[in-house]
Amino acid sequence: MSDDKPDAATRARWLEQLRAGAFPDAQGRYGPFGGRYVPETLVPAHERLEQGVKRWLGDADFQREYQQQLRTWVGRPTALSHAPRLSQRWGADVWLKREDLAHTGAHKINNALGQALLAQRLGAQRIVAETGAGQHGVASAAACARLGLPCTVYMGAVDMERQAPNVGRMRLLGATVVSVTSGDQTLRAAIDEAMRDWVADPEHTYYLLGSAVGAHPYPYLVRELQSIIGREARAQIQQQAGGLPDLVIACVGGGSNAIGLFHPFVNDASVAIVGVEAGGRGAGLGDNAAPLSFGRPGVLHGSYSMLMQDGDGQIQETHSVSAGLDYPGVGPEHALLQACGRVHYEAAGDDESLAAVRECCECEGILPAIESAHALAGARRWAKAHPGKRILVGLSGRGDKDMLTLSQTLLANAPAGAR
Amino acid sequence: MLPRERIAEAIRGAARGGEPALVAFLTAGYPQRVQFRSHLAAVAEAADVVEIGVPFTDPMADGMTIQRSSQEALRQGVTLQWILDELAAMARVRAPLLLMSYLNPLLNYGYERLAAASVAAGVCGFIVPDLPLDESAGLRAALDPRGLALVQMVTPVTPPERLARLCAASQGFVYAVTMTGTTGHSAATPAGVLEYLARVRAAAKVPVCAGFGIRSRDQVRSLRGAVDGCVVGSALVEVLERGESPQAWLGALRHDAG
Repeated sequence: MSDDKPDAATRARWLEQLRAGAFPDAQGRYGPFGGRYVPETLVPAHERLEQGVKRWLGDADFQREYQQQLRTWVGRPTALSHAPRLSQRWGADVWLKREDLAHTGAHKINNALGQALLAQRLGAQRIVAETGAGQHGVASAAACARLGLPCTVYMGAVDMERQAPNVGRMRLLGATVVSVTSGDQTLRAAIDEAMRDWVADPEHTYYLLGSAVGAHPYPYLVRELQSIIGREARAQIQQQAGGLPDLVIACVGGGSNAIGLFHPFVNDASVAIVGVEAGGRGAGLGDNAAPLSFGRPGVLHGSYSMLMQDGDGQIQETHSVSAGLDYPGVGPEHALLQACGRVHYEAAGDDESLAAVRECCECEGILPAIESAHALAGARRWAKAHPGKRILVGLSGRGDKDMLTLSQTLLANAPAGAR
Repeated sequence: MLPRERIAEAIRGAARGGEPALVAFLTAGYPQRVQFRSHLAAVAEAADVVEIGVPFTDPMADGMTIQRSSQEALRQGVTLQWILDELAAMARVRAPLLLMSYLNPLLNYGYERLAAASVAAGVCGFIVPDLPLDESAGLRAALDPRGLALVQMVTPVTPPERLARLCAASQGFVYAVTMTGTTGHSAATPAGVLEYLARVRAAAKVPVCAGFGIRSRDQVRSLRGAVDGCVVGSALVEVLERGESPQAWLGALRHDAG
């Protein structure tokens, strides 16, 4: 574990291991990243979960039930939409993987449903979850209601205010929503608090983590459950467009929708992959939530990965207009994908992403989540630099939840009908 | 005597009288940064071992009291470097000192540099709540050659095989967490806890100290004979918070009133 940049030979070795499917290794590592940095009280719970993942994830009955629920309740496969007017404006061939059409409005349901089914098989008596934008909280509440499991969701007080409609949805779906007033009162504090709940009763509580972060086996489990996005999209684009895309692009907060979309394309050498982080107001510490672009490696919430931190190793508060990306860490597999050069990561700022919300609404009749609009902003940039290419954008969720933020930004600046 | 042996010896020596040794925790620089040296000297006078809490922004194993004290210490500019500098500058105290820190500030400081600075500051060992034994090879490689302890925690839900491994690896003492949950909640000592502590003691080669939720003389008395020492954290932080005397409070933990 070192801050030193890996040399070319090391990067090449990681890339080769990545292509061979060697990650995570037996220690839950992705090259130097990942691992399991948790309080001793939670070590047995992680070991049980690891055994549970090995036992159930590939089990035929488990998969049958999971796939049936995905088909008949979540509404999978989600559509792959051609985007003719964005294509024309950007000088590219643009395709949108429509996770906004999944039940509860985002990709989060793929993971929440899979983990809730797993929790049921592991004999959990209650579920705890954290949420930032509220999408994972809503997905968890819905999956738990569907399976008859009690659900408690921790949510930062700041997020409860800016994502108020989702708080109501969670409560209607039967979840207990707990306001977190400690720390930064956003996603990171919500994770701290959910972990504290789990520490109190690790044997009967299941922690349904919402992103590809945390200690092993969570990043792996979440990747496996979200990879359906990339598998569907890869088949759909070959069928509908006649070939693989030149670029696959997605937004990255913790990175679950991105790893789900990217993973099935990692071995397609002709496909470039780009992850777009929340660039916020700019490059300064505290002005963004882009650890791959501006951070340093460190340990938070159970894994070694890229992190927004100050010179003393204290975790830095972050800023993004998008609550779902407003997190100082990122999944460890993304840190490896960056380190070995397979995926390029860059940041898109608040204003650029809000402009992309408007453009997608006006051109395609789709209101994307502000999170997803970061991917659109990155795609637009890439299209300008690489004219005439085929681009697959992960549209991770819909923007209905963002109406409060949008009414204070896009709508405040240019009232409806003014353009 | 190696630093880690000083810790074990201080606990064994204190426990020889029949009462558990007292391992006292304070958050560095809380409630006031300027009081750090005087608070540390006072606590070290009354306790047998002192844990100095390095504040961290995300203390996920801690309850409200230590979250609050950590946040306030950070607000006052307390850093790992500041703590090491203060310790190096002040007169050595009698009780051996440990630093209790989440991993990231240590990782950020650099393990080799940390070990060297710890020796210079008179620190005898470390407790790192989010560093399980399985991930600790790097830190141990820096601490071991200097004789610095890395204390392992065990919990009531630790399986027997793992308990044996943790006890064998622990240095200074074994930190036996008496309940699941975060620090600071009050805990009773039912028969199940005594049975668990007996299992820990049977497996441990170094002294065993019980911690998490110890606040009263009654609790300390009920642990007599069951452990070599008791860790007091949140309750002592609250004593310092209220501006009361840590010596008087720690003294009352050792002796029955009247």
